[in-house]
Amino acid sequence: MSSLIWLPFLPLLGTLIPLITARFSRTACAFMTAALPALTLFLVLTHAGDIFQGERFLAAIPWIPAIGLELAFRLDGLALLFSILILGIGLLVILYARYYLSAKDSIGKFYSYLILFMFAMLGVVLSDNLIQLWFFWELTSISSFLLISFWGHKTEARKGARMALTVTGAGGLALLAGLLILGNTVGSFSLQDVLDSGELIKASANYPIIVVLVLLGAFTKSAQFPFHFWLPNAMAAPTPVSAYLHSATMVKAGIFLMARFYPALADTDLWFLIVSLTGLATFLVGAYIAIFQHDLKGLLANSTISHLGLITLLLGMGTDLAAVAAIFHIINHAIFKASLFMAAGIIDHESGSRDMRQLNGLWKYMPYTATLAMVASASMAGVPLMNGFLSKEMFFTETLHQASLGSLSWFIPVLATLGGVFAVAYSMRFIHDVFFNGEPINLPKTPHEPPRYMRVPVEILVGLCLVVGIFPSLIVGDLLFAAAGATLNGPAPTYSLAIWHGFNFPLLMSLIALIGGLYMYHNRSHMFKFQAQFPTSDPKLVFEGVVQYLTNKASRIIAFTENGSLQRYIFFVLAFAIVMTASTLMKLNTTAGQRPEIPLDALSITCAVLLCVSALATVVWHRRRVIALLTLSVVGLIVSLAFAQFSAPDLALTQLSVEVVTVILLILALFFLPQNTPKESSPRRVVRDLSLASLIGGVVGTISYALMTRPLDTISTFFTENSKTGGGGTNIVNVILVDFRGFDTLGEITVLGIAALGIYKLIAKMRLYMPSSNDNGLAWSEDRYPILLAVISQSLLPLALLVSAYIFLRGHNMPGGGFIAGLITSVAIIQQYVAHGVDWIKTRLKLDYQIMIGSGIGIATLSGLGSWVFGHTFLSSWFDYFYLPVIGKFELASAMVFDLGVFLTVVGATMLILANLGQLTTSERPIQKEHD
Amino acid sequence: MEGLYAFCVGLLTACGIFLALRGRTFSVVIGLTLLSYAVNLFLFASGRLKLNAAAVLGESEQYSDPLPQALVLTAIVIGFAMTAFAVILAMRARADLGNDHVDGTLPAQPGDASQKSGGNQ
Repeated sequence: MSSLIWLPFLPLLGTLIPLITARFSRTACAFMTAALPALTLFLVLTHAGDIFQGERFLAAIPWIPAIGLELAFRLDGLALLFSILILGIGLLVILYARYYLSAKDSIGKFYSYLILFMFAMLGVVLSDNLIQLWFFWELTSISSFLLISFWGHKTEARKGARMALTVTGAGGLALLAGLLILGNTVGSFSLQDVLDSGELIKASANYPIIVVLVLLGAFTKSAQFPFHFWLPNAMAAPTPVSAYLHSATMVKAGIFLMARFYPALADTDLWFLIVSLTGLATFLVGAYIAIFQHDLKGLLANSTISHLGLITLLLGMGTDLAAVAAIFHIINHAIFKASLFMAAGIIDHESGSRDMRQLNGLWKYMPYTATLAMVASASMAGVPLMNGFLSKEMFFTETLHQASLGSLSWFIPVLATLGGVFAVAYSMRFIHDVFFNGEPINLPKTPHEPPRYMRVPVEILVGLCLVVGIFPSLIVGDLLFAAAGATLNGPAPTYSLAIWHGFNFPLLMSLIALIGGLYMYHNRSHMFKFQAQFPTSDPKLVFEGVVQYLTNKASRIIAFTENGSLQRYIFFVLAFAIVMTASTLMKLNTTAGQRPEIPLDALSITCAVLLCVSALATVVWHRRRVIALLTLSVVGLIVSLAFAQFSAPDLALTQLSVEVVTVILLILALFFLPQNTPKESSPRRVVRDLSLASLIGGVVGTISYALMTRPLDTISTFFTENSKTGGGGTNIVNVILVDFRGFDTLGEITVLGIAALGIYKLIAKMRLYMPSSNDNGLAWSEDRYPILLAVISQSLLPLALLVSAYIFLRGHNMPGGGFIAGLITSVAIIQQYVAHGVDWIKTRLKLDYQIMIGSGIGIATLSGLGSWVFGHTFLSSWFDYFYLPVIGKFELASAMVFDLGVFLTVVGATMLILANLGQLTTSERPIQKEHD
Repeated sequence: MEGLYAFCVGLLTACGIFLALRGRTFSVVIGLTLLSYAVNLFLFASGRLKLNAAAVLGESEQYSDPLPQALVLTAIVIGFAMTAFAVILAMRARADLGNDHVDGTLPAQPGDASQKSGGNQ
């Protein structure tokens, strides 16, 4: 089903709409923003019927199948339930925020963040691939950061957002590790494969690691104890954000994760122990703290923590019915908590305060809102006829039927009842302390009812509380059944959704909770006094302290390794490289292989000695730069001789001509650089660098020797066999360059061209030090262009060009080709520059080297594209033989056109570099600066 | 012969690395050039050493491995471009920063050398 692929992306498209429409009225912006989520919700609902029948929709687009990357979505019962919550409550929040945000707030930005978050959440619940799920998971962390820090001018908003991002982001990393191990254990990153491999996963040795890592992700996101501290601090967000993030979405993502992986990971003692104990602790801690909050939103935030703990506890009990109860409570909590947050926002908005010490007796001022809030609170407390009662009743029932803690299992129902008592107490506080209990104290505004439509979302949600509470199976029966089935990856167990199950133990527990809670609220002054004895600690300060400590430690470590010295970096990199290579090399038993060696001859030994002496001389005299350059060029010459000796004539020719160009370049550069290097290295550093250099040299030499003395298993037979027949040339190296691996060569000449242009830009606008004398104070010779050199080189030019034309033409069959011909041509032109100077050349040789590079790359590309005309793939070559009188048989190959491109690029690049550099010494000379 | 060749490759590598670890740009450029000789020889030798076996059809009895040769040929040209880029960058750095030290600042004076061992070549 292809529309499923696009479904989650509709909201993503929707992130742009509020930004565009924000210039119109706020109402228009809100409606247009709501359009795409509404459409998405409609599309999701069209599948509902089939899903209730037990169907599930999957859609995937493979990306890199080899490593399990794909774009895959699934819509089953659980995903359907969450999609409805995300989109449905999201739509209500959009409407609510239209009235909540003040004219100062940018509504377009707000909606855009909100829709981005909606997209991320939808991606999480619809993903059918582990990596993709994680990606969306992280996206929820980031987009929620943007939402929580929406009022970025407030310190607590920034701090709260940072805390939420740090905690959930760290959990996200743990989750990634867990999912990667999980995927590798199963051998697939497809969610369905993972869900079907429950037995395999639980039997694997990795299972405990996977469980702990995945649960870390879930617990941080769902604010489970001891990671619960970020959630109350996230209350600095605008209330619509709290209503959305902390009722139906963000914090439910962790719960969703546990439900999603329930078939794969649950049903072991480890899972039960961790999940149930964490859930129980969170349930009690959250509820207890909630009682003592003075901030309305603080109370709701801690109550959210408590309810999340309740759901977690249910998921950790291990019975199928407990899982059903968990799902049911997810629905109910989302409904009543969203409405309560919205009600709290209305109170804040219309009275200017959220402090329950100031807010009293609001019933008189806003009876309608008060009624709505009281119904929702009753649902939160678990009063009969409300939806919260039903799932709490199921929860109590399940606490009696579990055996998670062995013989200590009876603790759970007792503690659950205690939690219920707390819940009633704080719900009572929300009702009594705000709407009754005397008169308002020092409120900034006189409270009044909110605008009509700001109440609509609350009305809808509270209506749902009642309807679900009275006709549960009619309203959510199918959805719950489908979601429970998807959670268990099998048929849901039989259960009955009814208000009345007769006089039984759970009812007694509910009664105890109600009466106990009322009693506790009545005697709250004693509890407040008792609580006041404890020293208060602000989690924000603790958190900031820890972050500060870590930052200091990290900057100390960074300051050690990264002190700004490039020499030190290179040393570390090389030292690390030697450790990695040497340790592998030690596994090789013998250095020498089986392949017989070529016997030594006198000429080779002489050359080798010369090479070694020159290389060492370069090092010894590296501070006297001209001498070092001369010895360096000797090394280069012998390298080209080595290529010639060992059957690589093309390489020898290339190396020889490059050598000439390089030395001219370096001599030119030396004109602008100091001629000598000061002696700066401490003896210790010299010894250190020498040791490292010798070690690496030794290792590289060993690898080279080990490689050369082992038989060769080459892939080049193909090239040798097809060079003539397929590429039409006998010089295999050239045919590889222009034909078999032509695409590589195209890349190389492009790089060459880019480097030359980069150099051109570096040279332009260079503020040069123009030395008037050498280091010894000797002025530079003013004798320019010796006449002998000028005459000879001028007469040599046609000859040199002829040679390069010959080398170019024969390149396909004999050593030569575009690269070499290009270099020879460059050398010939450079010689003219050396002999005559830039000014003389400028008037005679009008070549634009930049255009030359461009046309070279262009010709090479076009010759490749040409094969498309004949229906072949890019850079396929064509060749044929022709007869002409006098000349005889000759060959034409399209590869030669390509080689022409190579030739032009090489000439252009080399000349662009050298001519521009050389020009600096002459025509731009007027500004004479003193040598420093 | 292989032993001698490998020794030369190792020596060139060592010389190149030692110079690349120096503190002045020109020494580093020389070091990089030496290092690229070593790398090219190393890569070339991965096709094994053969005498009188140019990879030209019909010219000899057996052929040396043409693939490393083709790779090294482009590597030589690219190596030239890299050397050129590095040396022009060094010139530019000296023009803009007033010195030719790799860090862009001259090392601390011998008196306070202990404070910044990294910058003190």
